[in-house]
Amino acid sequence: MQTQLKSSGMQVSWVQKVGPLLGLGVIVVALSLISRDFLSITNIFNVLRQISINALLAFGMTFVILTGGIDLSVGSILALSGAFSAGMLASGMDPVLAILTGVAAGTLMGAVNGVLVTKGRVAPFIATLATMTIFRGLTLVYTEGRPIAYENDLFSMLGKGYFLEIPIPVIWMLISFFILYFVLKNTTFGRHVYAIGGNEEAAMLSGIRTHRVKVWVYAISGLFASLAGVILTARLNSAQPTAGTSYELDAIAAVVIGGTSLAGGRGWIVGTLIGAMIIGVLDNGLNLLNVSSFYQQVVKGGVILLAVLLDRSKKS
Amino acid sequence: MTNPLLEMTQIQKSFSGVQVLTDAGFSLESGEVHALMGENGAGKSTLMKILGGIYRKDGGRVRVSGVEREISDPREATGLGIAMIHQELNLIPHLSVMENLFLGREFVFGRTGWIRWNRMKEEAKKWLEQLEMDLDPSVKTGDLSVGQQQMVEIAKALSLEAKILVLDEPTAALTNREIESLFNVIRSLKKQGVGMIYISHRMEEIFEICDRITVMRDGETVGTRVSSETDMDELVRMMVGRKIKNRYPRNPVMPGEERLCVEGLTRKGEVKDVSFSIRQGEIVGLAGLMGAGRTETADLLFGVRKPDSGTIRIDGHEVRIRRPEDAIRHGIAYVTEDRKQEGLVLPLSLRENLALPNLRSLSAWGVIHRQKEARLTEETVETLSVKTSGPEQEVRTLSGGNQQKVVIGKWLATSPRVLILDEPTRGVDIGAKEEIYRLMDRLAREGLAILLISSDLPEVLGMSDRVLVMHEGRITGQFDKDEATQENVMKAASGGEV
Repeated sequence: MQTQLKSSGMQVSWVQKVGPLLGLGVIVVALSLISRDFLSITNIFNVLRQISINALLAFGMTFVILTGGIDLSVGSILALSGAFSAGMLASGMDPVLAILTGVAAGTLMGAVNGVLVTKGRVAPFIATLATMTIFRGLTLVYTEGRPIAYENDLFSMLGKGYFLEIPIPVIWMLISFFILYFVLKNTTFGRHVYAIGGNEEAAMLSGIRTHRVKVWVYAISGLFASLAGVILTARLNSAQPTAGTSYELDAIAAVVIGGTSLAGGRGWIVGTLIGAMIIGVLDNGLNLLNVSSFYQQVVKGGVILLAVLLDRSKKS
Repeated sequence: MTNPLLEMTQIQKSFSGVQVLTDAGFSLESGEVHALMGENGAGKSTLMKILGGIYRKDGGRVRVSGVEREISDPREATGLGIAMIHQELNLIPHLSVMENLFLGREFVFGRTGWIRWNRMKEEAKKWLEQLEMDLDPSVKTGDLSVGQQQMVEIAKALSLEAKILVLDEPTAALTNREIESLFNVIRSLKKQGVGMIYISHRMEEIFEICDRITVMRDGETVGTRVSSETDMDELVRMMVGRKIKNRYPRNPVMPGEERLCVEGLTRKGEVKDVSFSIRQGEIVGLAGLMGAGRTETADLLFGVRKPDSGTIRIDGHEVRIRRPEDAIRHGIAYVTEDRKQEGLVLPLSLRENLALPNLRSLSAWGVIHRQKEARLTEETVETLSVKTSGPEQEVRTLSGGNQQKVVIGKWLATSPRVLILDEPTRGVDIGAKEEIYRLMDRLAREGLAILLISSDLPEVLGMSDRVLVMHEGRITGQFDKDEATQENVMKAASGGEV
C-alpha cells in the first residue's frame, strides 16, 4: 500500500490549493511592473489593513459555507455590534468592556441565525436574509440613523494603531487566521464542520450533534463579524449606521475565490485568506492605476467568475 | 437463421490508459431475458453505457438487428429502440406521471406549446394499462412507491418504442410483491418480442426470470450459459475465477450472557411492542418485507428516532438513548442501510471517515491526535483488507465493496458490544460479500452481539443463529436455526401467524 500526500489540508487537491496563490502571484507581479508604488512597504501594509475587515468576515463565512450554509447577515452584525460598542464608549464605559459587549452581542446574533437554521429549519439563505434586514433595522433604531461618535484613544488604537510597524487590524487578522486554521485542521470541532458539509445525515449517524455544531458555526461567523465591526468603528472614530452594507458579498467572494465549495464539505481557510488578498490587491492596484471605480466592479466580478470557472475545469 | 436483436462482440474500452473492457460481448434474441453477471468492476455498466451511447467504444462491433451501428450519443440509442432503466430513477418527482411519461414530447395544439392535457392523460393511461397498472396519470410521481416509479419508467421506454430494455438492478429497492408484478411485466414483454438485459447480483431472481446468463470478469466475457443448464456454483466459479466452498461461512459458538435486551419498544405508526434479546456471540437475523419496521427498530435502538415507550438494556443495565452519541457511548454500532446517504461522507478521505465516530477517543481537549488517527486508519485498512491507494483517498472513489468495508471499519473501531447491520451486502459483489460474512462470523465468535437486517432471505437464513420476522411493525415470528426455512419466514413476513 502506497501512502499519498501526508495529511495536509482537508481534501483540497493540489491544484485547488496552488491555483488561488498562483492567481495572487500573477496579479502582484503585474501590478508591481505597472506601478512603482505598489510594492512599497507602506502600500503593502495599507493593502493588508484594507483587507483585514473583509478577511475577518470571510473567515467566519468559511465555517458557515463549509457546513453547506451561507450567512448574509454579517454586514448587519458588523454594523450593530460596532454601534453597540460605540454607544457604550460614548456613555463612558470602559473600552475593554465596550469591546467585549460588542463581540458578545455579535456572537449572540450569529447564534440566533444558527438556531433559526437548525431548530427552525429555515434555509440558511432565507434565515440570514431576514436577520440581515432585522439587524440593519435595529442598527438604525439604536443609532437613530446618525453616526455615534466617541472619544477614546485606547479604543481607537484598535483600528488605527501600529505594533512593531504592523497595523493592529492586520495583527487581529493574522491571529484569527492562525487560530481558525488550527481549529479546522486539528480539532474535532473542525472535523465535525467538514463532515456536516459533506453529508449531514452520515455525520448525525456517526454521533455528531449536528445542530449544536451548526449553531456554533453561525455564532463564530457572528463573532468575527462583530470583531470586524469593532475594528472598523475604532478606525473611523465613530459607528456608522450604514457600515458594512453589502460586505457579505465580498466575504462570500473571498471564500469562493479561495476554492471553498458552496455545496459544503470542501475547502480551507488558507484559500479564503488568499481570496481576500486577491480582492484587496485588485482594489488597491486599480486605484493606483486610476481606474474608475465603475470599472473596478466589472473587474472584480470577472475575477470571481474566473476563479469558479477554473475550479470547475479542474474538477472535470 | 435470423439475426439476433442485438449483438455486441469484442468490445474494447479504456479510460486514461486503464483497460476496462478487453473482450466483452454477448447477444440478445428478441423475446429473451438475458442476465449480465459479474463482480463490481467486471465491466457490466461500462458495456451498458457503450450500448446506451454514453461512452464510445475503442474497438469491437455493435449490431442491432444485424446492422452494424456506431452509437455515438444517447439520442441515437433511443432512436434504435434501446432504453435503460437505471438503479437511480430518472423521473422528476414534482411532475405528474403523465408529464414524466411524455417529457419533451408533450401533446400540444399545433405548434402553440399549449398542452392537450386530456390527450396526454388518455395516452398515459393506455401505456400504463399495458403494464396492468391501475394508476391515475395525474398523480405526482414522487408520491409513488419505488416499484411504481420503475413501472412508469418502463412505460416510458415502451412508449418510445423500445425493443431493447436494459434493467440495471431493477429489484434492489422493491418489495416482494412489487418484484412479482415486475416479473409479470417482464414475462408479458417477452411475448411482445422485447429483448431485455437484466443486471443483478441476486442469483435466485436470475434463475427465475432469465433465459440465458452471460458472466463477465475483468472486462472480458467469461461465457454464456442457458439458465436451465447451469447452477449457482458454476456461475460463482465463473465470476470469481475460483471456487467458493461455503457461501455462508457461519460457525456458531455457544452464546454467552445476554448482551442486548429490548422490551416493548413502540413508536406510533412504525414499531409496535417489539421485544427480543441477543446474547454474546450470537447473530440474530431480522427479516421482513420493506416497510415492516426493521430499519425503524434499528433507528430506535440507535437514537435516530425516539421511542414512545419501551426499555433497552445492555449487559443487564437499562440505558437511555436519546441520540446516536448516547448509543455509541453504550457500545452500539450501526452500519446503516444506504452507505452513500447515511454511512459515508463522500468528499472526505478514508482516514477522516474512519475517524468520524471515534473522534472522542482520538482526541484530547478537542484536539485530534494525528498519530492515533493514523494508527487507527492503518489498522482498519489492514484488518479489513480495504483496497485503497492510501489513507487520503476520497471514499467517493472507492468501489462499493470497499466503501462498505470502510463503513463497517469505522464502527468496529468504536469497539462496540452490539453491532447492527442493515443490508450489509446490498450492491456488493460476491468476493466482498464473502469477506463480510467471514468478518461477521469472526466478530460474533469474539463475543459481539450482531443484529442482521436483510432482505436477502438466503443470507439471513445462512448467517443467522436465530431469525426474527417483522410484519407491520410487530414481530410475527421467531425461529431457531433449524426451524428457519424460507416458507416459515415468508409466511410470518406476510402476516400469517405461525
